[in-house]
Amino acid sequence: MSNKPRKFRGGVHPNDSKALSAASPIQDAPLLDKYTVIVHQNIGAPPEVLVKKGDEVKKGALLAKASGFVSAPLHAPTSGTVTAVDKCDGPTGLRVAAIEIRADGEDEWGSPFEPITDWQNADAADLKQRVSDAGVVGMGGAGFPSHVKLSPPAGKEIDTLILNGAECEPYLTADHRLMLEQAEDVVVGAAILARILGLKSAVIGVENNKPDAIEALKKAAAKTNVTVQGLPVNYPQGAEKQLIYTLTGREVPIGGLPMDVGCVVQNVASAVAVNDAVVKGHPSIERITTVTGEPLVNPGNWRFRLGTPISKAIELAGGVKVQPAKLLLGGPMMGFAQNSLDVTVMKNTSGILLIPAEQVSQYTSDPCIRCGKCVSCCPMGILPATISQAVENERFDLAAQLNVLACIECGSCSYVCPSRRPLNQHFKRAKAEIMAARKKK
Amino acid sequence: MTIILVSLLFAALLGAILALIIGVAAKAFAVESDPRIETVTDMLPGANCGGCGYAGCADFAKAIVEGVAPPNDCPVASAEATVRVADYMGITSEEKEKVVAVVRCSGGISDTVRSPYNGVEDCRSAVLVAGGAKGCDYGCIGFASCARACPFDAIEIRDGLAVVHPDLCVGCGKCVDVCPKDLIILTPAAVDVHVYCNSPEKGAAKRKVCKTACIGCRKCVKASDSEDQMLIDGFLIATNYNNPPLPDLVEKAACPTTALRLATQHAAGAYEGVSK
Repeated sequence: MSNKPRKFRGGVHPNDSKALSAASPIQDAPLLDKYTVIVHQNIGAPPEVLVKKGDEVKKGALLAKASGFVSAPLHAPTSGTVTAVDKCDGPTGLRVAAIEIRADGEDEWGSPFEPITDWQNADAADLKQRVSDAGVVGMGGAGFPSHVKLSPPAGKEIDTLILNGAECEPYLTADHRLMLEQAEDVVVGAAILARILGLKSAVIGVENNKPDAIEALKKAAAKTNVTVQGLPVNYPQGAEKQLIYTLTGREVPIGGLPMDVGCVVQNVASAVAVNDAVVKGHPSIERITTVTGEPLVNPGNWRFRLGTPISKAIELAGGVKVQPAKLLLGGPMMGFAQNSLDVTVMKNTSGILLIPAEQVSQYTSDPCIRCGKCVSCCPMGILPATISQAVENERFDLAAQLNVLACIECGSCSYVCPSRRPLNQHFKRAKAEIMAARKKK
Repeated sequence: MTIILVSLLFAALLGAILALIIGVAAKAFAVESDPRIETVTDMLPGANCGGCGYAGCADFAKAIVEGVAPPNDCPVASAEATVRVADYMGITSEEKEKVVAVVRCSGGISDTVRSPYNGVEDCRSAVLVAGGAKGCDYGCIGFASCARACPFDAIEIRDGLAVVHPDLCVGCGKCVDVCPKDLIILTPAAVDVHVYCNSPEKGAAKRKVCKTACIGCRKCVKASDSEDQMLIDGFLIATNYNNPPLPDLVEKAACPTTALRLATQHAAGAYEGVSK
């Protein structure tokens, strides 16, 4: 894997604004009196809630169990009493099921797992079971249950494990700080993942704008089979398919998965969660989140328990000095706009971003001028301009023919469009309509 | 001179031969069609709305003539027009109950909590951004997907809320299919009392985001003439269309949030600005 990284096609270079929070070390968020844990934190089936109002739970206790293979269990972020199993404002704007826990302040572990300190010699199946039991999901944003990626179906040969430390989204520095401060945990996590997959080595890809993290990882990985590879700075470098191409030269076929080209990609934060689950026996109940944006007094990176409301996170960052106009979960390119401060931190909440009014432009979109900028920047090589016109005419069949389903919703096309066409939104609509139509059939 | 003659002769000959071919082809490949289909098509409204379930009026006429569909399946045609079609076909047609669409939401921009939205102005696209950027998950988004789908201009967007004009609505159901929040239902046109809310949330949660939500206080249930005129489903009340209340219920119940409304008055704008 020492070959020179390639440059994937397309991509954009937005101002990364990472300086706001990149120098701020990870702080542990203080214990709150109340956590509202959203039940469905993973892609796939929502887990089945096991607790009811009035139950006493210890930290790390199972709140909900996985309801299928593509599902992930949920654990209590602290010890206390379950005060409600109800609904709360969710990250998609809709109200979602949530478990409310009143903390008793003891923060006492129920210790559900035995640490596997001798993981080097442990059985791969046991390690995988642990990853599954601990509820580890893709913490880069998608929330895909990690154990599913570690279980390639028969006939799919996996030869490469890639750890994703690209963090190409502007503003976000959570993975950066994690790789810098917990480089050893990242490397151990990578080694455990490699062992589960039966591989000897792993490669960690980090964008070259984080030289300190690359150095820290290289130092931590010095005597191991884990290698660290700097990546050219280009958004969306952290997208799975682009990362695979950059590091291996393999292209994931349209409609395919990384396992089709022998790769498994895991986020670096997920690797640390795997490390915690195996070495410490801790389930996935916390994550590092960047709280940032120009309106904040003290942007930075915090280790939040699941179920921490956004409002508390903003308070920790010193509150706002100017009124923000927009609140996003995630980064500015792919993050979701929020209309409630009661939404809580989930396993895939990589960032909480406030944007001031002067950076939020209100605009009307103009007709396509056929400049082709979106075509040349599309990392998936589809035709955003043509597809958007098909969607505007509600020709979803045509959009499907033009491979709108290959769109990774990175937002590069919307970013470069001089006519400010809402291309990404059109594609989300088309994907939703096509998937709904396929389900009906 | 000869050139003109030759040309004329040639053109005449060519014309004659082609006419002969067309004449033979018309006989040999004639498509047998029932002339009644055309007559029935002319009797139908010609709106091509698809409300009958067929691909336009001509397709529906074919179904009538073939005896597959009864003439009263057309929601647009007046009772007289339906009878005319039935008489022509020599069958009897029962009068079908007329239905109209009701948008089960009364939360206009001035009544609800909303976030600024800047994107594709179509409900089915807007719903992908924070569920429609509205405080209530179940309410009307107000970007007129239903109004654009309506072939009869019966839906008006007023204060960011879709309002059906019952006098213009023919009940074709086109709007029902396009609403991403499944807010629109077809109800008997004779019933005027409706609950303009579709949120199953708890009363307090609804009240937080909307002034005109049904909070489930049951005042209308108590004021109704018989027990099952209004149906209770948790915190949401709905008209029982099988045993509908009389229009005077709206006045008798004095709904505190004005979620209980008369469709005709709602369309006329009588409830605007009355919510507190």
